[in-house]
Amino acid sequence: MPPDHNLDDYVDPYAPGHRHSADGKPGPLRVGLGGPVGSGKTALAAALCRTLGAEYDLAVVTNDIYTTEDADFLRRNAVLPDDRIEAVQTGCCPHTAIRDDITANLDAVELLESRHPGLELVLVESGGDNLTASFSYGLVDAQIFVIDVAGGDKVPRKGGPGVTAADLLVVNKTDLAPMVGADLDVMRRDSAAVRNGKPTHLISLREDPSAATVAEWVREQIRARVLV
Amino acid sequence: MTSALLTLADSRLPAGGHTHSGGVEQAIAAGIVHDPGSLATFLRRRLATSGLVAAGLAAAACGAAAERLAALDDEADARTPSPASRTASRQQGRGLVRVGRRAWPSPLWDALTDRPHHPIALGVAAGAGGLAPRDAASAAAYLSISGPATAAQRLLAMDPLTVAAVTARLSPDVDDVAERAVGELPAATDPLLDLLAEVHAARKDRFFAS
Repeated sequence: MPPDHNLDDYVDPYAPGHRHSADGKPGPLRVGLGGPVGSGKTALAAALCRTLGAEYDLAVVTNDIYTTEDADFLRRNAVLPDDRIEAVQTGCCPHTAIRDDITANLDAVELLESRHPGLELVLVESGGDNLTASFSYGLVDAQIFVIDVAGGDKVPRKGGPGVTAADLLVVNKTDLAPMVGADLDVMRRDSAAVRNGKPTHLISLREDPSAATVAEWVREQIRARVLV
Repeated sequence: MTSALLTLADSRLPAGGHTHSGGVEQAIAAGIVHDPGSLATFLRRRLATSGLVAAGLAAAACGAAAERLAALDDEADARTPSPASRTASRQQGRGLVRVGRRAWPSPLWDALTDRPHHPIALGVAAGAGGLAPRDAASAAAYLSISGPATAAQRLLAMDPLTVAAVTARLSPDVDDVAERAVGELPAATDPLLDLLAEVHAARKDRFFAS
């Protein structure tokens, strides 16, 4: 017979704050980047690599439709060497691979961790999905949901787990607002209304290719983790 | 049988199975699988070869001691000629160990390497879950067709009810394979599956890991 399992004492070893590397130090901070197709997830990942790459030992996992498209973009735009980028196949279901069965992504993260023992930050970029996509906290410690102004200023009001529950909501392409008739104040106000105090950053990667405010938010998460 | 068998064979068990098509993605690309009939033929063929081998290995690994598990892992290598298929099997074994250790804590897991072949991990999971070798064989035989069937459904946008019916109608074959596999280490191979696996692994434009 199988052993009895006392669930009262069950501690999830993968829960934030419980995951440690072999030497007892907290492993790298894992940050998920999710959001609809074309909102700028890969561009944001590349920006974060450029801005934070000199400060932190970092790596990226991509979940592209086809294996290499986003990884190739990162090699070109983030000056990230090949051994710091892992691409996973998601079996036609990018959403499943980041939320319901995270095995392939855990394999990729653990491969990067074993290859780079001093790793401090792993960005996990989801495949482009819809507004219901979100990361399991078994895979990431924090998640950023990226939408863009050109998708329409109604998106924050429509909500969905990405918009309402992500640790940081990024509204990209603010430079396009006049062209597409989007009202940034509406997006700011609607986001605040559904996000229960969690932050929203309105940015334009075209105007600020360093993604300064988002990079600073990531730094805060890393500092908070080291202090735990 | 205990309900652990249902958990073990459930496609929702987060062991990474949904990223593997068991050759179906390449079979579709090659025009071999294109409709429910050709899917059923492919699944029956897979069940009779790699399914039978997996069932025998899983049954043997169920309740086996550490040295025996290491030997069975070598036996799995010897029965899997395609390097791509060996990699896929070890990938899925690693995923099953990760969830199995948490779901069915047992000292048996410590006898395994980091990346055992999937049927070996499946046998250990069955043993840790209080199941018998025949149950482990059933799970291995069923999983050899259930994942590939779902992959075909996704890739060809097939009617999910049709695919469910195809899988369900193979039940007698699954039972027969599981029954025959216990106490044996079958060595059936299929050059077509090996070839599909190798061609698939070299592709850049694939959705599935295998």
